[in-house]
Amino acid sequence: MLPVLQTLVLHRLGLDWNPALHDSLISNLILAFIGFETNLLYRFYQPGKENQMYRMLFGLAMAVFYCYILRFLPGYLLPGNQEYIAFLEASLPVRFVFALMVIFFITLYQWIRSQLTEQKEMERRAAESEQLMKEAELARLRQQLHPHFLFNSLNSINALIGRQPEAARKMTQQLSDFLRGTLKQEDKPVRLQEELDHLRLYLDIEKVRFGARLQIEFVTSPESLGLVLPALLLQPIVENAIKFGLYDVTEVVHIRIRTWQDGEFLCIEIQNPFDPKSEPATRGSGFGLSSVQRRLQLVFARKDLLITTRQENLFTTTLRIPTLK
Amino acid sequence: MKKLILIDDEPLARGLLAEYLSAHPDLEIVAECENGFEGVKAIAQHRPDLVFLDIQMPKINGFEMLELLTECPCVIFTTAFDEYALKAFEANAIDYLLKPFSQDRLNAAIAKWRLQAGKDSVKQELDTFLQTSARSPEEYKRIVVKQGNDIRILPVSEVLYLEAYDDYVKVYTRDQYFLKKKTMNYYEEVLDPSLFFRSHRSFILNIQHLTRIETLEKNSYIGILRNGFQVPISRSHYAQLKERLGL
Repeated sequence: MLPVLQTLVLHRLGLDWNPALHDSLISNLILAFIGFETNLLYRFYQPGKENQMYRMLFGLAMAVFYCYILRFLPGYLLPGNQEYIAFLEASLPVRFVFALMVIFFITLYQWIRSQLTEQKEMERRAAESEQLMKEAELARLRQQLHPHFLFNSLNSINALIGRQPEAARKMTQQLSDFLRGTLKQEDKPVRLQEELDHLRLYLDIEKVRFGARLQIEFVTSPESLGLVLPALLLQPIVENAIKFGLYDVTEVVHIRIRTWQDGEFLCIEIQNPFDPKSEPATRGSGFGLSSVQRRLQLVFARKDLLITTRQENLFTTTLRIPTLK
Repeated sequence: MKKLILIDDEPLARGLLAEYLSAHPDLEIVAECENGFEGVKAIAQHRPDLVFLDIQMPKINGFEMLELLTECPCVIFTTAFDEYALKAFEANAIDYLLKPFSQDRLNAAIAKWRLQAGKDSVKQELDTFLQTSARSPEEYKRIVVKQGNDIRILPVSEVLYLEAYDDYVKVYTRDQYFLKKKTMNYYEEVLDPSLFFRSHRSFILNIQHLTRIETLEKNSYIGILRNGFQVPISRSHYAQLKERLGL
């Protein structure tokens, strides 16, 4: 298209058909080559922020190069055509500007393209690192090991070995099963039944430690047992309940765990006694509860699924877990 | 016969200690307690030669229990894991046993106690230990005090100000004060600096209860608390207090 147009324009400007055609073909061929090369260059190399001048210098150099070739090449192809050579020299500034513009547009195009790719790449990396962080955080939240619990349990086992070796053996088994469950890597949702089984291991160990002072009551509706929830979600809540129960009250500690189904929600309620007179600032969501809150937020993107209430000397934590996909 | 008291909230832990201790026929366990309140009573009643004391227990912990005693007995601490306590022990330990511990380790602790028993230095060390030990954050939010035979746990928000009083510190609430065998420096260090301010060499006041500051005479100031209590503010601290209050 372009050579034809240029031939017509040149002819109208008073050039013969022959030199006009030659000129158009040759100049466009050279410009196309330069353009192709520029395109190729910027596709694989984008100057850094501090080297932005290179683009301009390269564009200028290419335009000068283009005019230089144009000025001398036709002399060999159409020798002796003085009229054409004079025209060529006169039109060089226009051609220079035209070439500059072509190179400039190609540079701009490749620059925009590279910016877009870079941005997409950055977004992809950001999304990826966010995903990784989320996974790492979930893993950390699931696997909080409690040295205090562990050492005290070992001490209990040590105490049992002398007098009740059978009980010591049983507790060793419970502790191992419990730890293995805690170390589970995958973040698969589990059925409530499995979660409660794991919880019972933990509670049985605590019962050995604290004897008659600790009493646990389960009230579970049969249909709720088949519903699913994120694994090891209840553990920190029950730990919290036991901790506040045992360290806040000197009498028998009664902990009640109630589960039921409410529409598409799995509801779990954990109740423990506490002392309303003791320092209120340390109550509320301890570390255990805030970690549960955080997990629910990561999994369901909601903040309203965990509610705590206090009534006289009872502290109640209620969870509402939406159906997991 | 030497008298021993075991204080631990886990029955099995007490059982194990008793079992280990049966290897020492000259030691008699006169009481087993499952919390600090029982511990205070039993120690007052039996005046034991040695106490085995757990740190983490219901209501008040082992350190707080010791603070309530008028006379400090020899103590061997037993604990499973308490990062704050461990730090304190490393700096000032008399002796402490990390659960689970062996018969040999217990024997070593007893031997150490026998060697030191009767020396005044033991009591002295325990006193300094309680004065300087690093505590868990919950402890900074309450002060455990004794009132006659009752033990009260004061949330720090109820404390209006503290005043130095010989070897003691008077802890003032709205209507009374309690004596604690501590130093002003200790309280200045452990109390939340956003709530409490050392206004004078002998006074720390609760900023939450401060209603106004009056100039008594040139370079002499007085803080008026919500219920009319007056607390002196020294010149050097006045500038700091103004800065704290954003004046």
